[in-house]
Amino acid sequence: MGSDMYRQQILDHYKNPRNYGELDDATFSHVGENPSCGDTIRMDVRLEDDDETIEYVAFSGDGCAISQASASMLSSKLQGLTLDELAELDRDDVVDMLGVDISPMRIKCAVLAEKVAQDGAKIYREDLDIDATTTEE
Amino acid sequence: METQESYPLDVESIRADFPVLERKVGGDPTVAGEGDGDDVPLVYLDNAATSQTPKRVVEAIVDYYYEYNANVHRGIHHLSQEASVAYEEAHDRVADFVGASGGREEVVFTNNTTEAENLVARSWGLNELGPEDSIVLTEMEHHASLVTWQQVGKKTGAEVRYIRTEEDGTLDMDHAADLIDETTEMVSVVHVSNTLGTVNPVAELADLAHEQDAYIFVDAAQSVPNRSVDVEAMDADFLAFSGHKMCGPTGIGALYGKRAILEELEPFNYGGGHVRKVTYEDATWEDLPWKFEAGTPNISGGIALAEAVDYLEDIGMDRIQRHEELLTEYAYDRLSEFDDIEIYGPPGDQRGGLVSFNLDGVHSHDLSSILSDQGIAIRAGDHCTQPLHDKLGIPASTRASFYLYNTREEVDALVEGVDEARELFA
Repeated sequence: MGSDMYRQQILDHYKNPRNYGELDDATFSHVGENPSCGDTIRMDVRLEDDDETIEYVAFSGDGCAISQASASMLSSKLQGLTLDELAELDRDDVVDMLGVDISPMRIKCAVLAEKVAQDGAKIYREDLDIDATTTEE
Repeated sequence: METQESYPLDVESIRADFPVLERKVGGDPTVAGEGDGDDVPLVYLDNAATSQTPKRVVEAIVDYYYEYNANVHRGIHHLSQEASVAYEEAHDRVADFVGASGGREEVVFTNNTTEAENLVARSWGLNELGPEDSIVLTEMEHHASLVTWQQVGKKTGAEVRYIRTEEDGTLDMDHAADLIDETTEMVSVVHVSNTLGTVNPVAELADLAHEQDAYIFVDAAQSVPNRSVDVEAMDADFLAFSGHKMCGPTGIGALYGKRAILEELEPFNYGGGHVRKVTYEDATWEDLPWKFEAGTPNISGGIALAEAVDYLEDIGMDRIQRHEELLTEYAYDRLSEFDDIEIYGPPGDQRGGLVSFNLDGVHSHDLSSILSDQGIAIRAGDHCTQPLHDKLGIPASTRASFYLYNTREEVDALVEGVDEARELFA
């Protein structure tokens, strides 16, 4: 744990976020927050013509380094995946992606972006009806 | 360093009373240079959240369970008598500690400060308040008071008003005088803010409340642990605090209430142990304070709370307060040296024993994680004062809070830890 969480990759993504911004032509957008940290994330997803494959993802938001770096990395990782593949991602995939051990107290920060993307896709497919995602159960 | 001389406590001998302060924490065995994963001395600066527990308080709990564990107020047998006497006397010792001349009849043991707030909210607030009434709080209330009275307002229609917090973290007392009017039935205020460190003028607020025939409830969770509190000098109608912030165990706290008021209130919990006569139709209540302690209470916790009170009194509340003030001022001054650190609340020499701050560009949770690597325990988040953080325009802050066993060297470690975070994020 610890400084281990702040390896160069995390800090790099936090300081230089990839795919940061909002999309005018997003197929769907969704927002979420992690109340305990005050982290907020918005994910904008554009699908290809098959209405299934993720073409591009942009994110915006504000919060701790773990939440923002996770969103930055995820925005790249999701490109080319299908919505079904997105739905199958779990906590371990996020931790693997981050490449560091995440302490139990910080796991909500790490998984926020993933939950926002997954909930956004569910809402788009009309499997879920919420306004915003939260990491509080 | 010669300034150390003016510190009134023998911290080295006090620290020996707290085994946990000897332990080491942090470090990641998989990271080069971080050692074996258990090699950083603990620097415990999260005392406003919970304090550490001295040996004699833990021993009081062990003694109870090893020597005289029995239910109170029920058995005639020897152990029950011993337990009952110890538990009852614990109320007297705690009453004496906060200057309640009515003794045990004015002190109800609760789980914590929150439950004490809920006791008054339910026994009195829900029964007595209506749409024509108002409840006055401060903008710096802890959720324990804020959420509780907010819900009473919603259920009874009573209006909830908030006394403004000024830029410097003090209360706008003119605003208080305006808000507390003939409709006001309850003024519930925090004595020492757990976020800003502000020491509020509770005696003055009590006068404003009493001029309007309103009650004043003082949330003393952050003051009773570290200063001499006299409920009668401040003329509090109710005052609450938690054992675990004052060297006691978790799950025990106390509500002080003026005897004449407590006598009029209904119990807020019902069940066994607090009743005198029960028929299939009705029940009558035990004397104070047992009327409010339905069910088997936290017996060992109450006894241990009294032991914590004795421990603190043996050291001396005035000396503990002075020690905390000196440390806090030192921490405030050291953190103030940096332009990228924003500190919230009053100046360093006018506050309770805590400093909340933010380091520019580093979220408080990141800062907390990085400090944790160095063994430094601080609080990060909203400290159960979300509306106050919204008012300050920040999602969270980092809080260092001090107690009788902390040292200037630990403050130095904090400042160095913050510096490390600054470099990491630069």
